[in-house]
Amino acid sequence: MEALSKLFKGNIRQYGMIIALVLIMVLFQILTDGILLKPLNITNLILQNSYILVLAIGMLLVIITGHIDLSVGSVAAFVGAISAILIVDMQIPYPVAIVLSLLFGGLVGAWQGFWVAYVRIPSFIVTLAGMLLFRGLTMVVLDGQSISPFPKGFQSISSGFIPDWFGGGDIHVLTIIIGLMLSLVLVFTEWRNRLTQQRYQFGVIPAPLFALKLVGIVAIINLFTYVLAAYEGIPNILIVLFILVVVYTFVMNKTVMGRHIYALGGNEKAAKLSGVKTKRMTFWVFVNMGVLAALSGLLFAARLNAATPKAGVNFELDAIAAVFIGGASATGGIGTVIGAIIGGLVMGVMNNGMSLVGLGIDWQQGIKGMVLLMAVAFDIYNKNKAS
Amino acid sequence: MTTGIILEMKNITKTFPGVKALENVNLQVKEGEIHALMGENGAGKSTLMKVLSGVYPHGSYTGDILYKGQVCEFKDITQSEQLGIVIIHQELALIPQLSISENIFLGNEQSRRGIINWNDTIIKTRELLQTVGLNESPNTLISMLGVGKQQLVEIAKALSKKVKLLILDEPTAALNEEDSENLLNLLLEFKKQGISSIMISHKLNEITKVADSITILRDGKTIETLDMLKDNITEDRIIKGMVGRDLTQRYPVREPKIGGTIFEVKNWNVYHPTQQERKVIDDVNLRISKGEIVGIAGLMGAGRTELAMSIFGKSYGKRISGETILHGKRVQLNTINQAIDHGIAYVTEDRKHYGLILIDDIKRNITLTSLKKISRNLVVNDNQEIVEAESFRTKLNIKTPSVLQKTGNLSGGNQQKVVLSKWIFSEPEVLILDEPTRGIDVGAKYEIYTIINQLAMEGKGVLIISSELPELLGMCDRIYVMSEGRLTGEVSREDASQETLMKFMTKSRG
Repeated sequence: MEALSKLFKGNIRQYGMIIALVLIMVLFQILTDGILLKPLNITNLILQNSYILVLAIGMLLVIITGHIDLSVGSVAAFVGAISAILIVDMQIPYPVAIVLSLLFGGLVGAWQGFWVAYVRIPSFIVTLAGMLLFRGLTMVVLDGQSISPFPKGFQSISSGFIPDWFGGGDIHVLTIIIGLMLSLVLVFTEWRNRLTQQRYQFGVIPAPLFALKLVGIVAIINLFTYVLAAYEGIPNILIVLFILVVVYTFVMNKTVMGRHIYALGGNEKAAKLSGVKTKRMTFWVFVNMGVLAALSGLLFAARLNAATPKAGVNFELDAIAAVFIGGASATGGIGTVIGAIIGGLVMGVMNNGMSLVGLGIDWQQGIKGMVLLMAVAFDIYNKNKAS
Repeated sequence: MTTGIILEMKNITKTFPGVKALENVNLQVKEGEIHALMGENGAGKSTLMKVLSGVYPHGSYTGDILYKGQVCEFKDITQSEQLGIVIIHQELALIPQLSISENIFLGNEQSRRGIINWNDTIIKTRELLQTVGLNESPNTLISMLGVGKQQLVEIAKALSKKVKLLILDEPTAALNEEDSENLLNLLLEFKKQGISSIMISHKLNEITKVADSITILRDGKTIETLDMLKDNITEDRIIKGMVGRDLTQRYPVREPKIGGTIFEVKNWNVYHPTQQERKVIDDVNLRISKGEIVGIAGLMGAGRTELAMSIFGKSYGKRISGETILHGKRVQLNTINQAIDHGIAYVTEDRKHYGLILIDDIKRNITLTSLKKISRNLVVNDNQEIVEAESFRTKLNIKTPSVLQKTGNLSGGNQQKVVLSKWIFSEPEVLILDEPTRGIDVGAKYEIYTIINQLAMEGKGVLIISSELPELLGMCDRIYVMSEGRLTGEVSREDASQETLMKFMTKSRG
């Protein structure tokens, strides 16, 4: 019990957010008479929020370095428009167009990164300018019109599901299998980590607790895949998201690059004198943001099956809110990928739940604002208590 | 009026969650004296002064404060300031973007019905500046002043509040010898005018020079009050009171084993980063040998830090010219990474802003410069990281329960040990230590000195920049002296004395 409370105290922010997410889900599950967690709705939740979650990951890195990016919504719209021109108007095969669009996003990021990192203009100003600039350019290239339709293959990125090789009837068998395999991989890596830590003679959580934790995680994974399998299976977009989360979590926690990003955000001058290439790092964080904004734009265009001049309006605000709800610090240096995803899900579940309950968009906005404020207030309260 | 006692603090006890910061502390300050408050870091000096000035309001502590015989129950700073008790904190609380006069009368604006009378403000500022001996226009921005002058502005601000009891928390920590001297003379001047002062300081020579009595705190308790006039108090006597034991040797002994030259700097010239024509470093030549500890003395603004940083990957200055030679071979140290790769380490004078990432834990700070050493294919082995950090924790005696502790929560001495660990972990051949013991208490200083000696014994070349001359004299085999960007002297251990160094330090151009 003591170990449990210690574990909990050390990670109160992380667990606090998960608990908040669960509570919100339970609340809306009750309010909506069980619609929220129906397989169809869960699938919808993922599809609706994917592009915000992608942005949130990029935004997390930007915010950790102590910057902000207000332009991502406009950049997403702009790249969506470019992809429509490439695919619909110029008939370029869509896989090629996707790669070109992502590169283009990187270029946009490089443009902003240059001003922020090398000319040292505050990112707020650079990206505020970018927000106007790329929104304007979107309207110019689209001539104020929408472009559609996209080919089926392109649409399926955002609205398709993985095929079922086993041809199950009501239930998507491959989804179940993936869930099981994922559980195995997870149990194996957790086990291996535990062994290494024991080899280094570090304290580990007691075996029964460890087993309980594994059982819990495995249960959640399989319940989740089971729910998805009851509808159409795993959406393609979930695979993309999963890969992004795994890769970025790994990069931020385990690699030299990730360490340098945290150090840069924590204290730029000290990081610089410790040999971190601060300018170059800042630059690449913005390039990365550009690429992810482009991906988000593609996902949105594919889901809507059209590129419109109004695409991505206010995306930046949702992404920033997700990152802050997820525990990132506004002064930089603190934040996690998982936190940002959970923050995004909190927003997503609330949007979805409030719509299901029939709450108007006016009230939704207000309540979301309060949630953001309360989450950060809770965070600061905790920090003050700790010190 | 009681018999010449301006302030009496009786049985002050203050607890923070989990720790007793002060326990039955007593302090008695006589009218018109300079009273020194001494003790190691964490002994409770600053806490006691915060209790006195009302930063910790009445009710959050137990015990009585008697000021001029009256019991005081301050709820905040304004109440204590009304009675003429003014505290000047170690970290100056001036606003850099505002002018001297705006700062002096901040919160105390010379106004009628909310409208500021600027003429009054300026005139009064002039008078105050004259009193403290600061020859600047009242409209000068604080950001244009050096630390020494800023300190004087703080004192002028205190005077504007009709100060009767001035509290100074380490007023000379960031000052060079000359500015410190000025400040101390100013305190003596105030004494004549009947202003009492309480001064917290680590610098023993200053205390013995100006203080009339000394109260020593250790672990939140009053140890003793020494009367400088009656008893014959020596520096060693004070140290004994502070650390609770005799510290016979303030600098650990070392048998120098000096080998061949490892690092040389030749014809080094550096210009100011923004003021194009201003030469900050002028034709400096220096060399460091294996196992040698070399000092650089100089007044504030002599260019010592600028020299060090310009050598360390050109992290300061523009239009840098000259040669850097390592093991007899010319090397390019154009970026910080090149400098680190060539085995140069620079420990900054300002560990909070330039040395540490305060929101990160100890282990991450230690490994930051050398992540390559604990990673494969750019993937960091965080288990290995803990092992390495733990070994530094034991080796350098970093006092903390765990290497997962945030560095922001450590005391100054322990923070410095973390910074040193970081650079030792990068396995340098030459270490440049800029003010390595600034703001660190006597006990921790000794430990830092021991570490520095150990590094020299391992055959590394160590360059120490310090404003404390006794430190240079106690530690170094050879001392360079800088003045106005040039080397004005080179003194060996045998020939070095405070007087000779001071002579070279004040040697000006022409």
